[in-house]
Amino acid sequence: MTEKLGMDSQLAEKTNADRPKPAARAVLPMRHLAIRYGFLTLLFGLIVFFSLATRGFTSPQAAVFILQSVSITGILALGVTATLVVGGFDLSIGSIATSSMMAAAYVMVVLEQNALVAVLACLAIGALVGLINGLIICYMRVPDLLATLGMMFLLIGLQRIPTEGRSIAAGMTMPDGSTAEGTFSPAFLALGRHRFDFFIQNLVPASVVVLIVLAVLIWFFLEYTRFGRMMYAVGSNARAAEFAGAPVKAYKIWAYVISGVFASIGGILLAARLGRGDIASGNNLLLDAVAAALIGFAVLGAAKPNAFGTAIGALFVGVLLQGLTMMNVPYYTQDFVKGAVLVIALVFTFALLGRTR
Amino acid sequence: MGSATFRATFRIAGLRKSFGPNEVLRGVSLELRGGEVTVLMGANGAGKSTLVKIMSGIYRADRGVMMLGETPFAPSSPAEAMRAGVVTVHQNIDDGVVGALDVASNLVLDRFNGPGRGIFFNPRRTRREAREVAQRMGLSIDLKADLTDLPLADRQMVAIARAMAHKPQVMVLDEPTSSLSSHEANRLFSLIDRLRERGVAILYISHRMSDIRRVADRIVSLRDGAISGLFEDKPLDYEGAVDAMLGQSLGQSGIAARAATKPVFEARDLQLKPGATPFSLAVGAGEIVAVTGLVGVGKTLLSETVFGLQAPLAGAMRLDGTSYAPATPAAAIARGVFLVAKDRAKTGIVPDFNVYENMSLPFLPRLSRLGVTRRGTERAAARAQIADLKIVCRSERDDLATLSGGNQQKVTVARWLAQPSRLLVLDEPFQGVDISARHDIAAKLRGSAGDRATLIFLTELDEALETADRILVMSEHTLVGEHRNENVDMERLLADVAGGQVGAA
Ligand SMILES: Nc1ncnc2c1ncn2[C@@H]1O[C@H](COP(=O)(O)OP(=O)(O)OP(=O)(O)O)[C@@H](O)[C@H]1O
Ligand SMILES: [Mg+2]
Repeated sequence: MTEKLGMDSQLAEKTNADRPKPAARAVLPMRHLAIRYGFLTLLFGLIVFFSLATRGFTSPQAAVFILQSVSITGILALGVTATLVVGGFDLSIGSIATSSMMAAAYVMVVLEQNALVAVLACLAIGALVGLINGLIICYMRVPDLLATLGMMFLLIGLQRIPTEGRSIAAGMTMPDGSTAEGTFSPAFLALGRHRFDFFIQNLVPASVVVLIVLAVLIWFFLEYTRFGRMMYAVGSNARAAEFAGAPVKAYKIWAYVISGVFASIGGILLAARLGRGDIASGNNLLLDAVAAALIGFAVLGAAKPNAFGTAIGALFVGVLLQGLTMMNVPYYTQDFVKGAVLVIALVFTFALLGRTR
Repeated sequence: MGSATFRATFRIAGLRKSFGPNEVLRGVSLELRGGEVTVLMGANGAGKSTLVKIMSGIYRADRGVMMLGETPFAPSSPAEAMRAGVVTVHQNIDDGVVGALDVASNLVLDRFNGPGRGIFFNPRRTRREAREVAQRMGLSIDLKADLTDLPLADRQMVAIARAMAHKPQVMVLDEPTSSLSSHEANRLFSLIDRLRERGVAILYISHRMSDIRRVADRIVSLRDGAISGLFEDKPLDYEGAVDAMLGQSLGQSGIAARAATKPVFEARDLQLKPGATPFSLAVGAGEIVAVTGLVGVGKTLLSETVFGLQAPLAGAMRLDGTSYAPATPAAAIARGVFLVAKDRAKTGIVPDFNVYENMSLPFLPRLSRLGVTRRGTERAAARAQIADLKIVCRSERDDLATLSGGNQQKVTVARWLAQPSRLLVLDEPFQGVDISARHDIAAKLRGSAGDRATLIFLTELDEALETADRILVMSEHTLVGEHRNENVDMERLLADVAGGQVGAA
């Protein structure tokens, strides 16, 4: 017996001597670093590149401009992150945002209500749609993608019915021939146009403040509260969460409500920025938001939906597009660039992570 | 035949494997011969499954060689290993079956790809081939059923049947019986006997001594990633093998049965299933009651009823003298009733979470302040549990998926021991746990009993005899026998266990 073992180890030594020693120790931390900080490094590199290649990229105004350009998609992306965390998906966010924009316009222009009523109506619509999404998914057992896709179609159609397909602006002609009397209230428009002082006068737009506040809120909620932790548990193994005493369906429904409310906030800001209920706007919102949330998987090697990653993902897209615009790259390449970034980010996350297994 | 001329079917030499700084296999050399069952023994986290995963092409070894017959064997994928004739049933059953497909497709899954296969899927042929495989195995499962809907034991049998369908040269079984009843295990053993006659080399991993005694031709002990003993002289030295795998000898753990004082949990005229006879039971303070019986006699149903996952058809339960009818697990937990559920992969662990997050999951409301989690508290509690149950991991921040099967099981048990409870229900808590850890957990249960009532569901009689003060026997969804764990009349106990079956046949 001992002889045999001895022979084996000889055999092993011989064959191992022929092989180059793998530098496993040295390679592993490198890959680890790449997974963790690769994307942030890329973002940083991009900023450095653009500030060298263009003029005025690093000014506070330019930075704020980038934030403003991604604020609405960023808010939607943060909402959809909540549904990704519980293992779901919400395709209706884009249409919730546009419905909420139309509703805000309708409430103020046609119903002649003030800004507060408009905002509350929008939030209520978002919460209600989210609730319905959640109920359909949890209790009717319709798969999330299908349920929210259906909801998307429904809302796109619904938002056109009250005005028979017209955009809403002050002084518009109603279907019955009369003229709408209401206007967008100044307080409401301020949500889209007011700028707060921050070291420089009139620097930070309200929408950016809203984005940052919501990002911090949802980030804290998901990372540091027990509700957030449970939502991750539900997404990873719903049955185990149930056996640990979690009301699984309630958590899922809440995730869709969060997503709906965030989307409606995005819609409010959109209405305030445009100053009208534009039937044709907001086409790209869904795809951009989903892209930001998915790019977020790559940030810090999380490989799971996370609020910080989503915010960085949105910022990344904003920086890239603004930089390319300033370098006079034609606007019609934008979607291609966004798609490419998304694919690269996903490959980056899953290929690198997969190999450590 | 002389050992000098004898050619081993499969040889491993100097195998090494590390995960980051964690050196799991440190030069393992081993040979498997055709027509022999080699049992590999080792404590939880010794590296058994890692070795198996290297043999089956899931991991690559850092160093070392494997030889299949006369040719070097270095599979780069599970499919390649399988085609070469090295077939594996993994410890994590869900690695071996595809949940979204039906049983028939699972049984013949591997025939779908590989050279010489048509493009089109032929459901009739699939079903026919699957029926052949099932028949050869004596498998009586609905072939059209979705795999996710099957109980653990059936999923296990499907995984095994699927592996057997390959006409293997080398067959590796990683804890195949951990969730099987003795009836199903016996079916597996007779299959193993047939494979052995056909000259297949078999590597068998198990923590169950009864399995090992039944199948072993030789035993190899693995300790901390190195071979620590080889036993092939008949009669096999089982104690020696256990000592070699633990690095010390295992103390005898006799237990003194305690009598219950006041009842903590009572169930009266409980009916679990239409047509089943109602039964009553009581568990006292400080008492450990084991419920034993074959797989599928309603043990899990009873555990889920007590935990509020299922409402009883009839009857009432009382806890601490007041009525107890939990509608949800949350309600049960609030009353101090905890369940260590069976089938940890499905109902226990959250694979994306690390060790401490898994442990604190049910107790987040108490471990957080104003809804905000307190990681420091959670981690300290987890560290205490890791030390207590000797869970092998580098820290409480390890991802659960990187722990060995037995250590994952220990985490799910530790989770529910971390907080005081009134009634602790454990359903097959020793699944995949090694002998010494089993003794540790049993000792921990007895030591921490206090005035808590403990109800523990075990298919293995030996485990019940090792742990409980009182043993109840379940059959056909009702209780059919009761034994105090003191000079147990084994014949009567075994007759009780078999009773329902005989009556039904
Ligand atoms: N993917 C991984 N990453 C990091 N460490 C790992 C990984 N897989 C296994 N390990 C570590 O390797 C060691 C051996 O694990 P393995 O699963 O081989 O044990 P085992 O002998 O099968 O134990 P058990 O009896 O509990 O199944 C454990 O300490 C485990 O934590
Ligand atoms: Mg194992």
